[in-house]
Amino acid sequence: MSKILIVAEHDGATLNPSTAKCVTCANAIAGAEITVVVAAADAKAVAAQAARLQNVTKVLTLESPANEHALAAVLAPQIASIAQAYTHVFGPSTTFGKDLMPRVAALLDTAQISDVMAVESPTRFRRPIYAGNAIVTAEVDAGTRVVATVRTASFEAAGEGGSATIEAAPVPADLPTHTRFVSVSAAKSDRPDLQTAKRVISGGRALGSAENFKILYSLADKLGAAVGASRAAVDAGYAPNDLQVGQTGKIIAPDLYIAVGISGAIQHLTGIKDARTIVAINKDPEAPIFEVADYGLVGDLFTILPELEQLLGK
Amino acid sequence: MKRILVGIKRVVDYNVRIRVKPDGSGVVTDGVKMSINPFDEIALEEAIRIKEKGGAEEIVAVTIGPQDTQQQLRTALAMGADRAILVESAAAVEPLDAAHVFLKLAEREQPFLVILGKQAIDDDNNQTGQMLAALWNRPQATFASKIELAGDKASVTREVDAGLETIEVDLPAVVTTDLRLNEPRYVKLPDIMKAKKKPLETLALSAIGVEPRQRVKAVRFEPPPQRQKGVMVKSAQELAEALKKKGLVA
Repeated sequence: MSKILIVAEHDGATLNPSTAKCVTCANAIAGAEITVVVAAADAKAVAAQAARLQNVTKVLTLESPANEHALAAVLAPQIASIAQAYTHVFGPSTTFGKDLMPRVAALLDTAQISDVMAVESPTRFRRPIYAGNAIVTAEVDAGTRVVATVRTASFEAAGEGGSATIEAAPVPADLPTHTRFVSVSAAKSDRPDLQTAKRVISGGRALGSAENFKILYSLADKLGAAVGASRAAVDAGYAPNDLQVGQTGKIIAPDLYIAVGISGAIQHLTGIKDARTIVAINKDPEAPIFEVADYGLVGDLFTILPELEQLLGK
Repeated sequence: MKRILVGIKRVVDYNVRIRVKPDGSGVVTDGVKMSINPFDEIALEEAIRIKEKGGAEEIVAVTIGPQDTQQQLRTALAMGADRAILVESAAAVEPLDAAHVFLKLAEREQPFLVILGKQAIDDDNNQTGQMLAALWNRPQATFASKIELAGDKASVTREVDAGLETIEVDLPAVVTTDLRLNEPRYVKLPDIMKAKKKPLETLALSAIGVEPRQRVKAVRFEPPPQRQKGVMVKSAQELAEALKKKGLVA
């Protein structure tokens, strides 16, 4: 039987939806018994949320002042110490999980399977390589402990309605102090989170300036959409880095994705290929984005966006 | 000596269109242009900038791969590495073994900083730096967009999902690079000539005591599912109607 440990991602108060997606991935393994581990300074609120996830039987808490911020070097030995009892250890393929999980895998002397997009068996998984230009089926020997990151765009969030037991796990002494949190500068926004939004509207270099990006925000607010950006737009300083969509930014899977003035470099397309419906607005009819768009509209975005804003929304 | 170790991986060039072999045994790499992994170029550039500002005395570029990987090491030397080490392996090594190789070299070379790319653009694993930091029992600062050294500490700004996070680490430490850390310089012809005289050491895996193991088997390679090309609409009006009809917008 597979005993799966999922490392919860959270901000100290709220469980990140990436955790519920890891649960769905774990559920794809037949007969999985799922435990979620919450490492925090005060794990109560987050543990309660994790305990409600469907099919989770147990929530373990690792409570220590050292866990106030998620530092891989501090968390990894704690996760590794409880991972011995599990066949699989999963974390989300977000910057949190990408940072932490390989460190856990190395402490367990095992390989990691990165970016799992499908489960074929308890030892066999599919994952994208070469920026999504190829899919490889990767297999480990039976009896090997599997450490993996889960590509969150490939899985729906698990539902609620569970009632797992919550237990405190012992925190190892002598946690490293060589790594210290200083600060995080998060662009506070009332808009939906880019990673989990149902609708996303993204802008590219064609927007021309940070000032012009505001017309995107205006349409996004009308639609209740999150705002994203291409790498070109971020590099040009039109939008902050946490809005970047693509291979090296966020991989997203909204119901509706509207790409405005984005040509559609392969690195960008990698980040949106799981979107349900893609709309492309671009003045270049040859732009590669039109090859993947469900709806394409050739024209000047500065005329089209205000028109759309008039036509759409509540 | 104040030394920085930089990892260099030989990968299929960024601009090559990747094709999966018809029999599903891999991707086509024969006759394809090979280059330094772009994130590793950024790692090397950062090391050079640190040295230029007096923060380091020597930069050692390390690769693991077949003899041909010398080409990428020569490029690294031309860019500004002082010497290079090729750990020879005909077969690809997994991230955990690569981390073991870097651990052995870190023990030998005693660097105060190891800078690696956050991921290679072939297998997209994003593991080696973190694994090395675990095995070496040292701090890791992944996805760096800014590195500031001060004495025996470094302050590193990281690109995370929430925005930009800054952490402080004690040295020695492992840093992995993100795209916006810097823009790597172009190699000039005279530098390529000079690089030919710089030392390049070749080591067998057995000589440094690492025995690679295949833990993950690639069973099958496939091209990704293609999206169907959709329809072109003529106006904002037509687009709005189509989206409303599908229930995607109100």
